[in-house]
Amino acid sequence: MIPLTYMMSLSAIIFAIGVAGVIIRRNIIVMFMSIELMLNAVNLAFVAIGSRLGSMDGQVIVFFVMTVAAAESAVGLGIVISTFRNRETVHADDLTLMRW
Amino acid sequence: MPPFLYIFLGALAIVSALGVVVQRNPVHSLLALIATLMSVAILFIGETAVVVGFLQIIVYAGAIMVLFLFVIWLLNLQVETSLTGHLALKFFGSLAAALLMTELFFILAPRHLLVKFSREPAGYGSLASLAGKLFTDYLVAFEVTSVLLLAAVVGSVALARKPPGTDDPWVAEKIAS
Repeated sequence: MIPLTYMMSLSAIIFAIGVAGVIIRRNIIVMFMSIELMLNAVNLAFVAIGSRLGSMDGQVIVFFVMTVAAAESAVGLGIVISTFRNRETVHADDLTLMRW
Repeated sequence: MPPFLYIFLGALAIVSALGVVVQRNPVHSLLALIATLMSVAILFIGETAVVVGFLQIIVYAGAIMVLFLFVIWLLNLQVETSLTGHLALKFFGSLAAALLMTELFFILAPRHLLVKFSREPAGYGSLASLAGKLFTDYLVAFEVTSVLLLAAVVGSVALARKPPGTDDPWVAEKIAS
């Protein structure tokens, strides 16, 4: 079996790439994709630790994370469509109505 | 899982995750994200989480990514302009992400985790063991999740539909132009 350090390192790298995507990219849809990357990195860590502990709890949590990610992307993309209909943009810097 | 397979899949996941961030075209970002999800799913299967790996392919790469693709097509976002600029943001964003990665490396080292590793029991990762856990210990969470999905479906339909009573000038303008 692959050592746990390697799996956790891969998870950390993917999570950091997702964080960088949310910070760097200004396209709302690409920011959503980066959030999905972060969720996947956490899922990888759950599965890796769970399989080494011999417990199924990690995989159940991954199941719930997938469900919540589906709900989150459905609602988020609905918000994106509604915003685009009103403002004609998916650029996060253009949406400054609620910025103080 | 043989080590060369881990190295191959890990490298593929990292490269395609970078592709998600650096591609200018959202469709290319989406394809890179699907490649990442596939590699992570095969890593799941290699970690004896077979059911979760296949669920990842079916639910994530099959359903959620198609939803993203539909939205990209619906909004006509294939070409993205004005990616230049924000150089300070990009620099400090990358720096912050690199710092976070270093921090995670230190935190997630197994000697800090203080867990006792054990052998996997028989039938570990099978559909029966997952369902057994899901419908006994996590039954309440499972039912709450179904309510959450229902609320998400109703909410997204309510958010994305046209305002009632309007003639929808947006669509008319799009057709005219």
